[in-house]
Amino acid sequence: MHRTGELYGHFETLEQQKESAALGMWIFLVTEVLFFGGLFLTYTINRHAYPTAFGAGSNTLDLALGGFNTVVLIMSSLTMAMAVWSAEVGKKQLVSIFLIATLVLGTVFLGVKVIEYKQKFDHHLIPGSGFDIRYHAEHPTATDNPGKIAEEREELEKAFAKDPDLNAHAQLYFSLYFGMTGLHALHMIVGAGLLVWLIKGSFAGRYTPQYNTPVEIVGLYWHFVDIVWIYLFPLLYLIDRHH
Amino acid sequence: MSEHIVSPKIYLAIFLTLMAGTAITVWAAYQNFGAFNIVIALGIATFKATLVVLYFMHARYSPKRTQLVIVCSVFWLAIMLALTLTDYQTREQSVSRFAPPAINRAA
Repeated sequence: MHRTGELYGHFETLEQQKESAALGMWIFLVTEVLFFGGLFLTYTINRHAYPTAFGAGSNTLDLALGGFNTVVLIMSSLTMAMAVWSAEVGKKQLVSIFLIATLVLGTVFLGVKVIEYKQKFDHHLIPGSGFDIRYHAEHPTATDNPGKIAEEREELEKAFAKDPDLNAHAQLYFSLYFGMTGLHALHMIVGAGLLVWLIKGSFAGRYTPQYNTPVEIVGLYWHFVDIVWIYLFPLLYLIDRHH
Repeated sequence: MSEHIVSPKIYLAIFLTLMAGTAITVWAAYQNFGAFNIVIALGIATFKATLVVLYFMHARYSPKRTQLVIVCSVFWLAIMLALTLTDYQTREQSVSRFAPPAINRAA
């Protein structure tokens, strides 16, 4: 294809090229909105059908870790936006610094997610034949606070009184928890790969005030993944905290 | 259309608002507002998402055709959510019909 510098032959100017790329990215993001929208819809219907099981499942999540991850992810959106700004004003070194900061924050998020998944695995909260929502309350480890375990047991007893099939219905919650956070994490991993590619380009000084389309486009993707988490956090972690 | 550069000051202000929104979300979740807990949670989340779209994703400074695509995505999503949920709401038995079998109850 005919190309002058960073300008492809079928565009008049770099600006038109950038606007077209952003429009294309947004159209992709529309499909992503509907993709995640289907999952949120499934979540809504099941939560409405089994409110007790969803509340009990939600209360097993670690709010400190989830809250920490929310802060980390929003911070990574800020550093991503700052990387775009740095490119637009021609501060080439700052572009690399902010992109690396974004990648580090994204990796921290995924690391915390691994800790959370491991905890759910240890507590027998993976949907399947070994699933047992009472497991942790009945097999506390030495590090667990006995008062909290007693409270947890009491809450579960109340929940089972309301919904005798709690163990089955809570699996629906955890299937959605792992499905939604898993797909979100997959998007983060793809985003991390894109960031590595951007960082490589930024070391070569590729992004300038005239041409910074890749930073802008990956930024759109990264912020979208942030938005998905903005909804996932209250819907998964904060269903039934006011008891 | 000339390119608009969003200043770091605006980015920082948005970031701080998003942080405050997160704090309010967690606080509100511990209060008992009855049926309004979910409304408040989703309201704050939508406010936060709108800020991200408008400023971090530069929608506010984008050409009209890009803005149209964004509005359309929200519109399609609303159709999918609204029509499916009205269907579920108006068929009383349908949800329990899809309930999973009571597996693993003894555990």
